Amino acid sequence: MSDLTELTLAEARDAIASKKVSSRELTQGFLKAMEEARVLNAYITETPEIALAMADASDKRIAAGEARPMEGLPVGIKDLYCTKGVKTTAASKIIADYVPQYESTVSQNLWDNGAVMLGKLSCDEFAMGSSNETSAFGPVISPWRAKGSTAQLVPGGSSGGSSCAVAARLALGATASDTGGSIRTPAAVTGTTGIKPTYGRCSRYGIVAFASSLDQAGPISSTVRDCAIMLKAMASVDPKDSTSVDIPVPDYEAGLEGGVKGLRIGIPKEYRLEGTAPEITAIWEKGVEWLKAQGAEIVDISLPHTKYALPTYYIIAPAECSSNLARYDGVRYGHRAADPKDLIDLYERSRGEGFGAEVRRRILIGTYVLSAGYYDAYYLRAQKVRALIARDFTEAYKKCDVILTPATPAPAFAIGEKVADPITMYLYDVFTVTVNLAGLPSLVVPAGVNDAGLPLGLQLIGKAFDEATLFRAGRALEIAAEFKAKPEKWWRG
Amino acid sequence: MSTERAAKLIQGTTGGWEVVVGLEVHCQVLSNAKLFSGAATAFGADPNSQVSFVDAAMPGMLPVINKFCVEQAVRTGLGLKAQINLRSVFDRKNYFYADLPAGYQISQYKNPIVGEGEVLIDLPGGEVARVGIERLHLEQDAGKSIHDQHPDHSFVDLNRAGIALMEIVTKPDMRSAEEASLFLRKLRAIVRYLGTCDGNMEEGSMRADVNVSVRKPGTPFNTRCEIKNMNSMRFIVQAIEYESRRQIDVLESGGTIAQQTLLFDTKTGETRPMRSKEEAHDYRYFPDPDLLPLEFEQSWVDEIAASLPELPDAKKDRFMAMGLNAYDALVLVAEKETAEYFEAMLAAGVDAKSAANWLNNEYFGRLNKAGLSVTEGPVSAAANAEIIKMVGENIISGKIAKDVLDIVWAEGGDPRAIVETRGLKQVTDTGAIEKAVDAVIAANPDKVEAAKLKPAMAGWFVGQVMKATGGKANPGTVNALIKARLGLPD
Repeated sequence: MSDLTELTLAEARDAIASKKVSSRELTQGFLKAMEEARVLNAYITETPEIALAMADASDKRIAAGEARPMEGLPVGIKDLYCTKGVKTTAASKIIADYVPQYESTVSQNLWDNGAVMLGKLSCDEFAMGSSNETSAFGPVISPWRAKGSTAQLVPGGSSGGSSCAVAARLALGATASDTGGSIRTPAAVTGTTGIKPTYGRCSRYGIVAFASSLDQAGPISSTVRDCAIMLKAMASVDPKDSTSVDIPVPDYEAGLEGGVKGLRIGIPKEYRLEGTAPEITAIWEKGVEWLKAQGAEIVDISLPHTKYALPTYYIIAPAECSSNLARYDGVRYGHRAADPKDLIDLYERSRGEGFGAEVRRRILIGTYVLSAGYYDAYYLRAQKVRALIARDFTEAYKKCDVILTPATPAPAFAIGEKVADPITMYLYDVFTVTVNLAGLPSLVVPAGVNDAGLPLGLQLIGKAFDEATLFRAGRALEIAAEFKAKPEKWWRG
Repeated sequence: MSTERAAKLIQGTTGGWEVVVGLEVHCQVLSNAKLFSGAATAFGADPNSQVSFVDAAMPGMLPVINKFCVEQAVRTGLGLKAQINLRSVFDRKNYFYADLPAGYQISQYKNPIVGEGEVLIDLPGGEVARVGIERLHLEQDAGKSIHDQHPDHSFVDLNRAGIALMEIVTKPDMRSAEEASLFLRKLRAIVRYLGTCDGNMEEGSMRADVNVSVRKPGTPFNTRCEIKNMNSMRFIVQAIEYESRRQIDVLESGGTIAQQTLLFDTKTGETRPMRSKEEAHDYRYFPDPDLLPLEFEQSWVDEIAASLPELPDAKKDRFMAMGLNAYDALVLVAEKETAEYFEAMLAAGVDAKSAANWLNNEYFGRLNKAGLSVTEGPVSAAANAEIIKMVGENIISGKIAKDVLDIVWAEGGDPRAIVETRGLKQVTDTGAIEKAVDAVIAANPDKVEAAKLKPAMAGWFVGQVMKATGGKANPGTVNALIKARLGLPD
């Protein structure tokens, strides 16, 4: 086989199963690709020794006929997932050298399914960002470039290391996490596929928290099938996470090719937003046609509270983060300021030095909205609006089974372009945050490229715990879109 | 039965003042594991040896409610005759401190697990006062900061961090330091009966914040001050007395009371305001998104209610129905162990009145003198019961019974065997007693004459016979014989 890294996860699995390739060969291929692609800055920590040891163990199991569903498949882990004995930074200076003594449930599930760890993938600091530019380890650079340009583009965020690694073939798949779009935005702008499952589908145990009521783990991979395989391996109820839900995880892959005949696809009028790039609007319309052509029924729906989603999100998420990040105080682990003169000084300087600007901004916003005298006007009100947003979906799902929307208002932008203007950056999540507020599952699939050759994604939103239907609809889009574009491997020099 | 009992006023220059006290009591839940982690809770372990990743607030760690702690809170609520809320919510109370690893304490703010209830306290003089319970909520304890081990470092021990506490808040229903103290004793007894808290104030498993204000009788409540973190009954009494006097002095000299948080200085016996930094918190409460609302079924509450032990009030009533007076009954129910000891004696076949008299007149006195609790005392309930039974069976006299108790106390052993082997058995052989009686009568002819004129003199003869028989003669038999010999009426 010429370049093993070009295989999809499903193809690699089948190649391993039929013993055409060993996990060691596959893993070595990715380790080499990672070495060559360091300029992209996708990985914060590479773990070649662990990867090869795991690969060898997998090869033994395969030889013994004891292969598990993801046996020997090399994947990257977002550096928000705690990995036992392996540095876990959340892309922040404040825990830049933190080595957990425990493993996140989701990564443990992957290892228990036979997956191989290539390393820890960069992301926005504490997953706060839409472009992977807030990482303390520097921005991740998208493998994609606009035609005729060498300008560096963002890989989306916060799971930019994950999307970059999958798009640049530095992993078969990657774990990611999504609080307001952090799986879907990166997938959309890098021509990869990502699913944010229903809140509670994957355990949050051992994943560095950003906003607990919104955070959800999920995979980014090349295809809908790859995501179906990965999510099946990642998801589980977990006694260590009270918010995880005990609903059986179906075999998503088995139902993939069911088609969309008779499926009712909702098109929300509120998602026709001014300022959306014309190619995004065009691909959305194309998506509608594709599904219609395969026998789906297209239904106009209304999600009337959509316009309040962003402000609601930017109250709730910072409020929770201001509390979740209080533990990074320089007392027990992580960055501690030198020679503190007292406890307050220790806190102020450790946190001031350890957190980047975006994290500090959100902690300040969150602290403000929870303060006495402001709680009712902001936090409490946001919770009420959140309930209305969730109700919008409940109402809509009386008329449809899946909702189709754009994923981002525009394709990838250049590194540095929006950094100075947080509001513009926040607007980039306009199509994704509603889903987190409602706790619903949502899948992004690549649907085409624009004139500059940059990938465009479409978002499907499903009913709670109905990821299976989402995968089925996503597969239908994938078949119609025939997305074949790949970034040129310019980084290989 | 109300708070409108006879007011115990404190005299100031402008007349009498009434003290108003409310308490917030933190009771450590008796549980082997912490509220949200599996870590152990034993007191006195090596520093930081009982700390899980959750307790230390490591990245990505999540709290999981310990159902047993919830059960303990429900049990306590039932013991306080309180409303049990089938749905309650855990909130985060956010503040920074070195011994608070997460930067927030998980507590219950707006929706506690237990609502209003009551505790009855027995005032000296027989009155019963009702102290309303406002609420009980579950929360985590913080760790311990240690400042006295190093000149310029502080140390943190997280063993306590995450241990379950029940915060029990009373209404401002107490009217003196004594009532506050009686309430705490009663609350302590209740939670110890229930097995939900060991009530050990020295180890910090029961601590109280004390709210104090003063007012002229019949007028509305005045501004209160809160004395924080008291863990001694004696100091609580001192603090209330000092603080109420201080407030009266301020008010009488034309000042006003500023609502503030105070600390009690045990050396000077005075209260002083906390530094403003110690109290200037905006806790930014909000529902903990890591935890679902705490919900359970009424049927579960009913199950717990069915398993509740008999509590002090019910026990006291039952003891009184057995013929005990209120005082004796109160003494016996005040400590769970005392009541258990008493009941063990009843189970051994002693009647309630005899057991209560024996304990209150003989055994408890010896315990007090030796500084021992009923569980530490050297004489078992069974042994005490045997001694009383032997008196009832006319095997020994009441006087010998005390001697037997002293022997068992000092040497241990089976009371019946002691009586047997040491020849302490009462002499019931009338022949032997007659001999002794005749000897005494023969030796004291003058007294015989006197007794005929003054029948009460018979007692003297009884005493002489008892002396002569080493106390072993049955006093009833002796008495009857002497009267017969002297020709006195029965």
